[in-house]
Amino acid sequence: MKHIISPLDLTVNEMTELLELAEDIIKEPKKYSSSCQGKKLATLFYEPSTRTRLSFEAAMLNLGGSILGFSSADSSSAAKGESVADTIRVISSYADICAMRHPKEGAPLVASQYSSIPVINAGDGGHNHPTQTFTDLLTIKSLKGRLSNVTVGFCGDLMFGRTVHSLINAMVRYDNVSFVLISPNELKIPDYLRKEVLDAGNITYREVKNLDEVISELDILYMTRVQKERFFNEADYVRLKDTYILDAKKMELAKKDMLVLHPLPRVNEIAVEVDKDPRAVYFKQAEYGVYVRMALILKMLELA
Amino acid sequence: MLNIGGLNQGVVIDHIKAGNAMKIYEYLQLDKADVCVAIIKNAKSNKMGKKDIIKIEGPISVDLDMLGVMDPDITVNIIDEDRIVEKRHLHLPESVTGIIRCKNPRCITSIEQELIHKFKLTDAENGVYRCVYCEQAFRRN
Ligand SMILES: [Zn+2]
Repeated sequence: MKHIISPLDLTVNEMTELLELAEDIIKEPKKYSSSCQGKKLATLFYEPSTRTRLSFEAAMLNLGGSILGFSSADSSSAAKGESVADTIRVISSYADICAMRHPKEGAPLVASQYSSIPVINAGDGGHNHPTQTFTDLLTIKSLKGRLSNVTVGFCGDLMFGRTVHSLINAMVRYDNVSFVLISPNELKIPDYLRKEVLDAGNITYREVKNLDEVISELDILYMTRVQKERFFNEADYVRLKDTYILDAKKMELAKKDMLVLHPLPRVNEIAVEVDKDPRAVYFKQAEYGVYVRMALILKMLELA
Repeated sequence: MLNIGGLNQGVVIDHIKAGNAMKIYEYLQLDKADVCVAIIKNAKSNKMGKKDIIKIEGPISVDLDMLGVMDPDITVNIIDEDRIVEKRHLHLPESVTGIIRCKNPRCITSIEQELIHKFKLTDAENGVYRCVYCEQAFRRN
């Protein structure tokens, strides 16, 4: 039995298999509609994340399985002070697989050490969120047709954006991937990522401040939210915020086949007018999140 | 320098970061050991400015490699018959369980008291250990 705690828990080959299965599910969802009959998924959400929880639950229901669980710490035994280890030992006898969301980093790893069923990390604080990364990879693979030979732009808050760090870590495993990192100075990627991943891996990357200047080079544009609280002062925020808002005018400068991704929820970093542009695939991305979770559940339960 | 006198047989733990001698003393549980121990604090050092030194008489049976985890500059000399018979090279262990603690307030170990703190060596060259739960690097201070 295998657990998925970090996006890098799957080898490149296992990732390829997962994405191929997900693409087959996209093509013929009916074929899998009773693959998990009689199986139960427990969603153990120690903090609310409706989007992620519903995506997991939809995935299991699409496979003909059933679901149980809790959606916040105060409705769970954690409120009574039960440890993650004890909770998972009990849940292991109720379900066949579980997805755990927890505000503390490393909680799903603790669970996996005591669990007799496969554990999927559904987000542990600002640390890992592997199924988001798998969703991003499926979106790129499926809509771009490849994960190698691409120039990926990340725009916005690159310092605190966990999804960005995870996707960079996952993409450097493919050939000829280069990055353009677009952010204000205050929100550049953390040092360890620059040194231990990009520099150490001899990866081509550039750090720039302005989206306009580079958008025409990109095959993928991954947008993130720039939060006002992250800025040192109001003036900087006002001065910079439009630089990191994607609108139709900026889209005119982009390649005809560039894809725009966003982990959602979006606030104002992508103007609503961009939604009707066929290159805007962030809603499709959310849909693919369900498919990739279906594929993951099938793989982890050894049903495909 | 203050002279504590020669050591006929024993261990000299040198180049301890100034101020850390007591931490090492506690880790080695020298308070419980029935041996003669000299702690020298704030000794002059060409390399480090100031340093601490611990001299222990007689053999001790602890894992000296752990000293490198706590302070990578430490050197260990084994003394016998008034001579340095071995300059012990501290080998950084691949993993460290239950000795150093994760200080990340967002880490699961911060709320679950019974969890054993565990670190893995992720960068041998620079002696970087990361918590297995949250991956935060261990900070020596
Ligand atoms: Zn930790």
